Amino acid sequence: MTKINTVNDLENLRNKILEDREKFRATLVICGGTGCQASRAGGVIDEIKKELDNHGLNESVCLRTTGCHGFCEQGPLIVIEPDNLFYCHVTPDDVHEIITKTILNNEIVERLLYTDPVSGNLIKTESEIPFYKAQDRQILTQNRQVDPCSIEDYIAIGGYTALGKTLFEMSPESVVQEIMDSELRGRGGGGFPTGLKWAECREAPGDEKYVICNADEGDPGAYMDRCVLEGNPHLVLEGMLIGAWAIGASQGHIYVRNEYPLAVDNIRVAVQQARESGLLGDGILGSKFSFDVEISRGGGAFVCGESTALMASLEGKVGEPKPKDVHTVIDGLWHKPTTLNNVETWANVPAIMKNGSSAFAAKGSKGSKGTKILALTGCIKNTGLVEVEMGTPIKNIVFDIGGGANNEKPVKAVQTGGPSGGCLPVEKFDLPVDFDELYDAGSMIGSGGMVVMDEETCMVDVAKYFLTFLQDESCGKCVPCRIGVSRMLEIVTDITEGRGKLEQINLLEELGDTLSHTALCGLGKTAANPVLSTLRYFREEYEIHIEEKKCPAGVCQELITYAIDPESCTFCGLCKKACPHNAITGEKKQAHEIDLGLCIKCGICRSECKFESIIIN
Amino acid sequence: MHIVYMQYMCIFIVFTLPTMHFNIHHVNIKYFNITEEAHMQNTNLDSILESRRSQPHQLIEVLQDIQEQHGYISEETMATVSEELGVPLMDVYSVASFYKSFSLKPRGKNVITICTGTACHVRGAKLIVNQANAQLDVAPGETTDDGQFTIEHVNCVGACALAPVVTENGSYHHHMDSGKLRKLIKSLESKDTEENSND
Repeated sequence: MTKINTVNDLENLRNKILEDREKFRATLVICGGTGCQASRAGGVIDEIKKELDNHGLNESVCLRTTGCHGFCEQGPLIVIEPDNLFYCHVTPDDVHEIITKTILNNEIVERLLYTDPVSGNLIKTESEIPFYKAQDRQILTQNRQVDPCSIEDYIAIGGYTALGKTLFEMSPESVVQEIMDSELRGRGGGGFPTGLKWAECREAPGDEKYVICNADEGDPGAYMDRCVLEGNPHLVLEGMLIGAWAIGASQGHIYVRNEYPLAVDNIRVAVQQARESGLLGDGILGSKFSFDVEISRGGGAFVCGESTALMASLEGKVGEPKPKDVHTVIDGLWHKPTTLNNVETWANVPAIMKNGSSAFAAKGSKGSKGTKILALTGCIKNTGLVEVEMGTPIKNIVFDIGGGANNEKPVKAVQTGGPSGGCLPVEKFDLPVDFDELYDAGSMIGSGGMVVMDEETCMVDVAKYFLTFLQDESCGKCVPCRIGVSRMLEIVTDITEGRGKLEQINLLEELGDTLSHTALCGLGKTAANPVLSTLRYFREEYEIHIEEKKCPAGVCQELITYAIDPESCTFCGLCKKACPHNAITGEKKQAHEIDLGLCIKCGICRSECKFESIIIN
Repeated sequence: MHIVYMQYMCIFIVFTLPTMHFNIHHVNIKYFNITEEAHMQNTNLDSILESRRSQPHQLIEVLQDIQEQHGYISEETMATVSEELGVPLMDVYSVASFYKSFSLKPRGKNVITICTGTACHVRGAKLIVNQANAQLDVAPGETTDDGQFTIEHVNCVGACALAPVVTENGSYHHHMDSGKLRKLIKSLESKDTEENSND
């Protein structure tokens, strides 16, 4: 690999890469992110390689395997540059046609185009698709431009020029000031001003300091960090390099979830490439700045997303949080001043350095600048990763980008912020994606998970789901979290199983309030949010569960029974075959019945029935 | 409060560690030779520990590699790690039992991991857990008596847009439902029967 010793070397290399690419008349960009790989993109990639070889196109057509493009629901995805033709749900069998028709003859394979579910029209290019059109993809757009395992691709789009500018045109103080002026706030959940964190760490006494990238994305229903680290690892490294230089650190750590094997692999390759190019190590780009990065895999504990627990884990210990009377910017990893930022926060840094803080701060709302990546999932048509300007109303995200409900059941709520966040009802969908406004409404942006729920989602069950999760993930160190969450779960379980009493609602609120004031770490302090927000907006659902012993959404097993509707049942026998408990009786072409004594209400028969004949009472 | 809690943990570990029982004899180990396996594990352990000896902070990384290569972390392995890294055995056990990534029992030949993240939950992950439970008669975290299947759940695999998601021996299956899981388990069962009959 070419050693890059100066800023000039970097510029020359970039020009050479671009020059070498002039020979390509087309580029096949295929998404190789975890989502598309799950949809068997690997087979499509192999087939493309074979076809390009067979047609002798290796010198004139470039194949680029990239990280996540965001529209996972439609995967495997292929974009053909330079016209940005967009093909979705591509299978290996489609590849021959793509090469012979589109690449060799400029013809479009219509059946692979995206069909707009609203108008029914076929859409040719990515930018015309409503899912992409309504976004502002500042960070995510690069995912399509780079192969995460190619440092050349990153350099080709101007990568590491922000680092060059920082090292040779700015002082560390002015870098910190620039971040402060940009008003960038931490993307991991807390929303703490990044510049302030850097300034405190820079001023903290001590020669040895650390920077950490928190890639322990533990919120269920959120995968923004996975996609950025997996799809554009050099962007995160460049952000860390700039941060390390600004605060005076020479060692960095990336703490990444082991459940993200592709992200672990790609960041390892990126670090190796950066070392071989001289962008990590001693005297970076000919300056006096030295910096290296170590990668550590998380052990699968949600609490390790909390900064002090993460640092304990990096030290090889049990991931228990510590009181924050002295901040980690002063007393962090190995008791040294440490700046910890989330993946997306680091990913925002290079652009701020390159384009200036004012360009960053020009986007967004009053207290929340820039853009935010959100994982839009749940009961909607277009699920995937979206990036929007801060301040965008929730309704634009759910209905314009997400395309609204994915079946006939109307959208009821959106859950934001994972286990620390809350559920907002559809009446609150005018609220903008803004740190402060969502907090005031009883939820939070958190790391960016946005799970849409419809009428078939029971909000009491959602509260129970999060409490079960939090009870399981609580490290057990402090009493309020260890005992408080368990007691709340017991009460909510009583309610979902028909033993609830109205006065327990007040007790839930009291416990939640105590928990938020007394728990040791962020996990415990926010653990009551899913309960408190559902009580605030969906109190009547709790009351119906308690007073009428009914679950309006038909979810809580103890409060429902299944029956077969004789009108619509075709007596096909599918439910009888599927029932693992032999609770369904009836001969073929004869009325079927459910034996309530044997039925454990697992719901499998209902999911198998093709005629919606299994009804909930 | 914390000290009291730690003391309790110490007592618990001192009393339980010597009697930790891994049930290895209950597992049908037809598909591997135990002597060969033990030899292979020792060689692997050496290479995992290389360049990390006497570095206590490498504990989690070492355990990750052991889990990946051996499928679980045995009592003997913990003792070796304790000695080689210079970490008290109690702390090794404490870390190995705290983090979800580590299994202290051997896992089945096929590991089926059901994602129970929020996006999967609202799209019916519970049904999939129910199906696995009913079909194999094991709850998440358990292994079938014949050692063929382990069912696990994970908080989120980050493929939320394709929910519900199941991973089977590391490969992803998206938009799962009870019927698809039933077929997947059946196909793995028949594959195993075929392999065994060819032995």
